[in-house]
Amino acid sequence: MILLERLAPELLTAAPLLVMRHVSKRYGPVVALEDVSATVWPGEVLGIVGESGSGKSTLLRMMNLEDTPDAGDYTLALPEVPGNLFALDRFARRQLCARRIGIVYQNPHQGLLMGHSSSGNVAERLLMAGERRFATLRARARDALDVSEFPLNRMDDPPRLLSGGMQQRVQLAKAIALEPALLLLDEPTTGLDVSVQALVLDTLKRLQRDRAITMVIVSHDLGVIRTMADRVMVMRRGRVVEEGLVDQVFQDPQHPYTQELVHAKL
Amino acid sequence: MPNFERGSVVLQVDGLAKSFRMHHLGQNLHAFDHVSFTLRAGEFLLLKGPNGVGKSTLLRTIYRSYLPQAGQVWFSHGAGRIDLARAADVDIALLRRREIGFVTQFLIARPRVAAEDIVAEPLRKAGMSAAEALDQARHWLATFGVKRDLWRAYPTSFSGGEQQKVNLARALILPPRLLLLDEPTASLDVGARAAMVARLADLKAVGVAMIGVFHHPGDVAALVDRDLVLMAKEVDDVAV
Ligand SMILES: Nc1ncnc2c1ncn2[C@@H]1O[C@H](COP(=O)(O)OP(=O)(O)O)[C@@H](O)[C@H]1O
Ligand SMILES: Nc1ncnc2c1ncn2[C@@H]1O[C@H](COP(=O)(O)OP(=O)(O)O)[C@@H](O)[C@H]1O
Ligand SMILES: [Mg+2]
Ligand SMILES: [Mg+2]
Repeated sequence: MILLERLAPELLTAAPLLVMRHVSKRYGPVVALEDVSATVWPGEVLGIVGESGSGKSTLLRMMNLEDTPDAGDYTLALPEVPGNLFALDRFARRQLCARRIGIVYQNPHQGLLMGHSSSGNVAERLLMAGERRFATLRARARDALDVSEFPLNRMDDPPRLLSGGMQQRVQLAKAIALEPALLLLDEPTTGLDVSVQALVLDTLKRLQRDRAITMVIVSHDLGVIRTMADRVMVMRRGRVVEEGLVDQVFQDPQHPYTQELVHAKL
Repeated sequence: MPNFERGSVVLQVDGLAKSFRMHHLGQNLHAFDHVSFTLRAGEFLLLKGPNGVGKSTLLRTIYRSYLPQAGQVWFSHGAGRIDLARAADVDIALLRRREIGFVTQFLIARPRVAAEDIVAEPLRKAGMSAAEALDQARHWLATFGVKRDLWRAYPTSFSGGEQQKVNLARALILPPRLLLLDEPTASLDVGARAAMVARLADLKAVGVAMIGVFHHPGDVAALVDRDLVLMAKEVDDVAV
């Protein structure tokens, strides 16, 4: 059955913020990513869905410049970094990530120093960007925690003493403290109780609505993607098998794998 | 309210076909094919046909919640026309924000957003001041019969009927160029249905092009310019 081929954007005049082209990555014999391309426009939320091991986290790590692929290139439409970001050295990558990209990991240990104060974790991000005044650091950390709907009376507690939901809010505060151009979320609510998950998603949704932050959110949970994303890419075994508007992909999936995924989860 | 140039073509559908490929069954489920029609600014097309014939599917295919197999859906926006059957996803998203509305009987309630804010949102996005948008939102909530003490509450806790009214107020507050309606009043009381018909008449008067399925087609009889009747095709679901 032939599907009509999709045209390039004609009406949207904004240039994409993120363009990743033909990215492939192997770890020994394991193909983690195979010829993956992705485009994200300013202000939109791109969802990435797929079963465990399909390459979602690897793709997000590439977007966060934590790893370099075997092939492919990556650009962000930011004035200070023209050209392929995979070509940047470690120092330039760190600078760019600290200032322009925020990330929330499924596992808070990956993003936070669990024994330091929560406010200190957020302030660290500001320190990296060059802020040195103590009062400013504290005030901005506090603001970021507040926007992330973190209970401020706990801001000096270390994450290891906090609940899972609060830990994710500290990660979120750290990620948005510098008002990044791009916010990456890797299974941000996986492992939380359902009710806590709903509250964290609600915070993310509110942030998106108020600030129009460009986001890429990874989840194996279709419900999370449906709530959060405008468009979705479906991954399987390191490849993108289908992509489209969220309502279309979930209501009229085309690829056999997506149909299986949608029918299994609904 | 904007005014769309009456009589100009808004939608031209040519040879549109939709079937669902169900891989796990190895089957195609036929919905419709060879659907062609033209819809002009200010026209109201009543979509008719027996249950299960594909009326909702046709509306969803125009809105691009479903992907067609063949045909074109030419939509004329202010500055040219675009084929909705193959337009880029981001262009469809943009048109849905600005030009094409779709109203069903279901509200997509969002946690912790008050009814009046949900209704005001399209106006806010179109650049209206918060105070004026809220004013209009309250006006439409009242018009559709949502009780005043619910305006600031979260619709997630509303009854089905109340949610439906909030949904109508939001969907009809800002005239889109093209409005698709899929049984928007299926279980509403007479008062709310009358309010909706009055609003649709306003929208028609400013040139909104509409195509819809109605649970009570008698309600909208005075607005209808033409009928579009979908007939079941005598095909068995083809195995492929
Ligand atoms: N650093 C690594 N070393 C070795 N294998 C890896 C590494 N990172 C990911 N992989 C492998 O790549 C594949 C994709 O993993 P991942 O991106 O984590 O998938 P997902 O996030 O979709 O569950 C898996 O088979 C995984 O084991
Ligand atoms: N998302 C879908 N996936 C598979 N089949 C569908 C889907 N939506 C509708 N159909 C099928 O298409 C046919 C037409 O349905 P529908 O458009 O809802 O009819 P109507 O609105 O005229 O009652 C039905 O056989 C229905 O089961
Ligand atoms: Mg992962
Ligand atoms: Mg129907």
